[in-house]
Amino acid sequence: MANVTAKTSKHAKSESRWAYIMVAPTVIGLLVLNIYPFLETIVMSFSKTRPFGLFELQGIENYLEMFTSAEFWRANLNTLYFCILTVPLGLFLSLVVAVMLNAKIKGRTFFRAVFFLPMVVAPAAVAMVWKWMFNTEYGIINTLFHSGISWITDPNVVMVTCAIVAIWSAIGYDAVLLLSGLQNISKSYYEAASLDGATKLQQFFYITLPMVSPTLFVVMIMRLMSSIKVYDLIYMLVEESNPALTKAQSLMYLFYRESFITGNRGLGSSVVIWTVAVIGLVTVVQFWGQKKWVNYEV
Amino acid sequence: MNSSLERSRRIRTIGIYAFFVVGCVIMIFPFVWMFLTSFKTVEESMRIPPNILPESWQVDNFKDAMASLPFLALYKNTALMVFWRVVCAVVFSSMAGYAFAKLNFKGKNLMFSLVLVQMMLPSQIFITPQYQMLAKFGLTNTIFALVFPGIVSAFGTFFLRQAYMGIPDEIAEAAYLDGCNQWQTFVKVMAPLTKASMAALAVFTAVFAYGDLMWPLIVNTDLNMMTLSSGLATLRGQFSTNFPVMMAGSLLAMIPMVVLYLFFQKQFIEGVAMTGGK
Repeated sequence: MANVTAKTSKHAKSESRWAYIMVAPTVIGLLVLNIYPFLETIVMSFSKTRPFGLFELQGIENYLEMFTSAEFWRANLNTLYFCILTVPLGLFLSLVVAVMLNAKIKGRTFFRAVFFLPMVVAPAAVAMVWKWMFNTEYGIINTLFHSGISWITDPNVVMVTCAIVAIWSAIGYDAVLLLSGLQNISKSYYEAASLDGATKLQQFFYITLPMVSPTLFVVMIMRLMSSIKVYDLIYMLVEESNPALTKAQSLMYLFYRESFITGNRGLGSSVVIWTVAVIGLVTVVQFWGQKKWVNYEV
Repeated sequence: MNSSLERSRRIRTIGIYAFFVVGCVIMIFPFVWMFLTSFKTVEESMRIPPNILPESWQVDNFKDAMASLPFLALYKNTALMVFWRVVCAVVFSSMAGYAFAKLNFKGKNLMFSLVLVQMMLPSQIFITPQYQMLAKFGLTNTIFALVFPGIVSAFGTFFLRQAYMGIPDEIAEAAYLDGCNQWQTFVKVMAPLTKASMAALAVFTAVFAYGDLMWPLIVNTDLNMMTLSSGLATLRGQFSTNFPVMMAGSLLAMIPMVVLYLFFQKQFIEGVAMTGGK
């Protein structure tokens, strides 16, 4: 009996020794690459930026500067506007595509692959071709619709343009996620409903929508978070010299410009801390609001 | 009755196909237009009404793009960045995921909470200090700098922990009784069982590393050390009105991943669907 305990405790010791070896790269990596930088960003946001990457702790000056800056509030509005333009419409279109892909038809694998294509092309390349197609004078879109809209340079239009490109880029990815939710819905529900004489539309609203709502919620959170953090598409579509920049600059674009173009990393850090706070708040509200529409009873 | 049902089903099928035809045109047209424009001269690209096909398929735009950007270096840098990020993510996340799922040790919950914290924070919050660390050690403009933020993957750790949690403990115990030590049990018995999850993580990591723009733009400013994405951003600055050259550059930048996608389309989509929600 004593022998057995000795053996188990030796086993436990070797088990925890191996465990430490196995988690070591990840834990050390997280501490160096994430936890320390996270704390340093907080400190920087309360510091004055000095040349050569040095900082001097001051107080809430960066935040005061940020909160009194019109550019900062404009960036908030731009980001909000971008989210309003992309998230609801993007989710709706993705759901439509997912429902269509769920139909029993030939060629659905091909269609799925086509919608997914923008995901594997770097956003930088995607933005380039859209920038060309949206060109005011020679772009194919204005030619096709006989319009003369300054898609990229008109401050009132530029965000709509960015939103179109963003939705186009993300639709396949979101649809693939929603499709896996749709495929989990048991066919027996639909069979029972059609025996009861429910139309396809009724089936969609009374079966599909409630049953896919948990997946829809996850996709919505993810899309909303990445919309708040939008940067690369806007950066590629709207360069610094563009007169519409102030109406297109998102929070992360402002962060990039403050930190790495202007070189005011203290202020840049305040912007990123603010963004994290916004994301946190939005997530909390989402999880609280989900009780009203997400259906977890299967 | 039966024939009217048949007819309504046929109408629905036609409707779905019509939807997909329109959808596919919208999804594919930008790529077609990119391709066609890249063979036109600047003058031809600005013609109204536009030529659909180039008058003569001339490759000067590709030459110009390659003359202003070292594409061979960009391919190499991007490939190395993606390769090392994938290797690091899969290897380190497998090790940690296994330990978190199957082994007992002191401090496990505290350490796992680090993983969760990282997952909740957007990556931009780490960028400035990460850059400053590299700058301090003179490591900017290196492949290491490109890989740096991706050395560990909190998401990967979380994801593979889930995979290991789905494997019954009995399998590990049987391996242990057969004389394997913990490491052998992990490498020879448990890790192979998570192949599908590892592949999904690899695809996910590769796709996002390839598309990453802000980090390469900040950390590697030397033209020869850029990635395809940050190189394109530079090209955009140089040829702001010469769209055929920019289309040629974009085409060159997207080709490797698109070719991979054509061959492994199913793995790509399923990999992303599996990791979905991040």
